[in-house]
Formats: sequence, structure tokens, C-alpha cells
Amino acid sequence: MTKITFVTSDDNSITVEGNTGNVMELAVQNKIKGIDGNCGGVCSCATCHVHVEPKDWEKVGAPSTMEADMLEFDEKVSDYSRLSCQMKVTDAIDGVVLKVAK
Amino acid sequence: MMEKSAISDPFEKARLEKGVGEMDDQNDPVTMVLGHKDVRKCAHNWKTYQSGAEPGRIVIPSEVNIRDIRQIPFEVDPPMHGEYRALVEQWFKRPLEADYQAALEKQIGALVDEVLTKDSVEVIKEFSLILQSRALTLLFNVPFSESETWISWGTHVFRSEGNALDGDKANILYNYIDNEIEKSIQNPGKDLYSVLLASEVNGRKLTKEEVKGVVVLTFSGGRDTIINAVTNSIAYFSEHPKSLDKLRKEPELINFAIEELIRYFSPLTQMGRVATEDTQVCEHAIKAGTRIGLNWVSANRDASVFENANEVVLDRKINPHVAFGFGTHNCLGATHARQILKVLIKTLIKKVNSIEILDAKENIETLGEFKRKVGFDSINVKFN
Ligand code: HEM
Ligand code: FES
Repeated sequence: MTKITFVTSDDNSITVEGNTGNVMELAVQNKIKGIDGNCGGVCSCATCHVHVEPKDWEKVGAPSTMEADMLEFDEKVSDYSRLSCQMKVTDAIDGVVLKVAK
Repeated sequence: MMEKSAISDPFEKARLEKGVGEMDDQNDPVTMVLGHKDVRKCAHNWKTYQSGAEPGRIVIPSEVNIRDIRQIPFEVDPPMHGEYRALVEQWFKRPLEADYQAALEKQIGALVDEVLTKDSVEVIKEFSLILQSRALTLLFNVPFSESETWISWGTHVFRSEGNALDGDKANILYNYIDNEIEKSIQNPGKDLYSVLLASEVNGRKLTKEEVKGVVVLTFSGGRDTIINAVTNSIAYFSEHPKSLDKLRKEPELINFAIEELIRYFSPLTQMGRVATEDTQVCEHAIKAGTRIGLNWVSANRDASVFENANEVVLDRKINPHVAFGFGTHNCLGATHARQILKVLIKTLIKKVNSIEILDAKENIETLGEFKRKVGFDSINVKFN
């Protein structure tokens, strides 16, 4: 099981577990506030935007070109932005902390 | 022969060669921004490309001559835009609730059962308009019977039979809305009007004018777009029975199919912005006070982003389309729209074997030198 911690805009910290699918789906299943996943994960809606804790950036890795393009003009973009629907839930990201973009 | 459901891309050459296209609109010309990246960039840059211009002006064709009311939050820029949007954001997520979905399934199931009994169905008037109007009662949280009034207005709330903007027609809608707002003031309930009337921005109640601005937008933004998406989907599935089969066997692909159909149809062609300073797009000068058009349709066929952009790839996994807009003003009704398409597809899978197109008349819009097929003026089919 991979553990992932979400920090919502009201500063609640919620740790959830999963082993398949993508991080957006995991967040939606667990009703994480602020992650809607409107487009179902096709990289179109940015309602799954998270800021990765800088210490975890290496683990998570940089976005693909397409994802980076969509983030480039996002209002809430930071150096640690990812669209969580493009992050697979695997052992590689066990323990990471993701701040829901506000 | 070209399939009846196919929609080609008239912008490719201009997009590749210039990045922009020119069109006139009632002597208020528009420079259409065509590339995916440029469209996103301009949509993002609300300081230079504003929405809060004269009411009606960012709509193409312009509605300045037929309306004074400002649509909210659509014709408002940040930071006020965010204040208004926060008021309605939760309300527009209600389509995700189980009750809402169940009600939609019931509505669409009954409508499909009905058209299955007919020899010929004109999809726009006898299917899509009805489906859209009934579904909208859920978003407004008003009685189902209101949909009968909305259906009686016909397909265009702002346009008469030709393509000309029609002020009288718009007045029918405005008078209706004034009336409904008065009713909700007298008798507050759980409908959208009442919720808005009780809302506050910056520590004060919304004015009637503001309530009206939100309501008008909810009516007009969700009408032609949904009718277009539903009608084009029916045409597509009639010519691609295998696609319907595929979704029947692999329902987990339905979500991808919805996004792809919306990309391919792009029911809203473009939305305007007014430049607040002299600037440029793709080395093309844009003068302060003139209009650009964020051409979602063209962006959604940009080959640098979408492989086989002119084909419907039903299970396209990465699909960063901008059919619902991009950034600040992205579509508030998208949750409702997606839910409608999801329920529609599930219902077709369950109840319909095939759809036969009997005859169809295309609807072509002219944007300067470009002619774009939007969908249909009428399309008769037989549901089997
Ligand atoms: C397939 C159907 C639809 C499509 C393709 C569509 C497309 C769009 C697009 C492209 C925008 C961005 C406009 C801009 O940037 O200026 C937008 C905004 C908007 N749409 Fe939709 N729309 C659809 C359905 C709906 C529905 C059903 C409703 C409500 C009943 C709705 C309400 C709105 C509102 C309120 C906005 C403005 C949001 C804001 O300014 O913050 N739309 N839509
Ligand atoms: S869910 Fe839409 S971009 Fe991630």
C-alpha cells in the first residue's frame, strides 16, 4: 500500500492509502476537498492540481511536456505543481505530501 | 463520401501560417486566436484581455445591441469575478450527487423510451431541446413542469429563425426571469433564484440585477451548447455503431469518450475578450479597445497537441482540450454537461441498438473567410 498525505486549503492533513490508479482518483474516492477531477483524468480541467512538498519533488518527478504546458498558464502554478491525475499510485511515491492548490 | 457526423477543421492553414484569423462582426471586428498555446495564454492573461467590457461585447456575434445586463461571473474580471464565482461554485457541483444523477437517468430514460416508439424523430426539437430543458430544471432545482415553458421558447433564446440576433426573443427570457425572481422574493424556496437572493458579496446582499445576471447566464450558457453536444453525439453514434458497442463492452471508457466527443464537437466556437492595451498575438498587432476571439474549436484541432486531431479517438487518454474554456472563466456548467452526456451514453447503451439518419441539414457558420460546420439545422433519425 502506498500512503499519500493531502493538505487541504483549510490546512487539514489527511493520509490515505491505495495501490492502483492515479492520485486524483484516490483523492476523489476519499473525498479530499478541492480535488474534483472534473475531466476524469485526461489532463484538461486542472481541478486535480496539487503542489508537491519540495522534499518529495524528486520522488514524484517532473510533469510531462503536455502536463507542464497545461500548468504553465494556470493561475495557481508553482515550481512544484503537478496535475494529480497524471501521477500513478505506486511504491515510488509512498509517503509524499501534496498540498491541494487553492 | 464525408460522413454526416464529421466536422472538419477550416482553421488549419491559418493556424499554421499566421496563428490568427480575421472576421467582422457588426462592424466590431475580431482577431481570432487559433493555436492551442496562444488561446491558453490569452485566456490566462485577463489583465490584457478583459471579460468585463461592455455587456454583450465579448460574445461573438456581439449582443451589445440586444442586452444591457451584465452576465455574472462571465463578464466580470478578477478579483470581483472570484467573489461571484465562489457564491455559485458549490451549487454547480450538485450534478455529482447521487439524487441528481438518478433524476437525470429517469428523465433521459423516459425520453429515449418515447423516441424509440416513433418512426422519425427530429433530434434537435424532439430530443435535444427537451432533454436539455428538463435537465436544466435539476440545475435550477425548480419543478419539472417549468421545462414545458422553456421548451416552448424554441432552440434559440437570443436568435430568431435566421441567424440574426433578436431582441424581442431575449425579452421573453428577461421577463420570465424577472417574474421568477419576484416569486422567489415573495416565497423563498430551495431553487437557484432563492439561493442567489440570499447570497452576499463583500458583506452585502446581491442586487436583483446581479441575481438576474447569474440566471440569464445559466439559461443562455447551457442551452445551445448542450443541444449541440447531444445532437452531434446522436449523429456520431448513428454512423459509428461500433463505438457504441465498444462502450457497451468497456464502460470504463465512457469518460474518455465524453471528453473526446466534446473536444471534437467543441459546441462553443469561441469567446471574445477586449484588449485593454496595445499588444500582439503571434506578431499580429492588437489595438487597445479591439476584440480578440479565443477560438476553442481551432485550439482543439491543433496537431501539435492532439495526434490525429481530426479524428474521434474514442479512448484518447491524454486530452487537454479547451472546449470548456481555460483558466479563470472555465465553464461552470461543465459538471452538469458531463453528467448529461454520461447518462445519455449509458442510456443509449442500455436501450438502443442502432440509430438511422433519415435526412440532415447542416448548420454552417461563417467567420470571415472561414466556414465551419457547427452541427445541424435539423436532423431526422429513427431510433431502433
Ligand atoms: C457542452 C456544453 C458546454 C460547453 C462546450 C461550454 C463551454 C463554455 C466555455 C468555452 C466557457 C468559457 C467562456 C470564457 O472563457 O469566456 C464557458 C463558461 C461558462 N459556462 Fe459553459 N459550456 C457548456 C455548458 C454549460 C452549461 C450547461 C452551463 C450552465 C447551465 C454553462 C454555464 C457557464 C458559465 C456560468 C460560464 C462562465 C464561467 C465564468 O465566467 O467564471 N455552460 N462555457
Ligand atoms: S482530472 Fe482533469 S486535469 Fe486532472
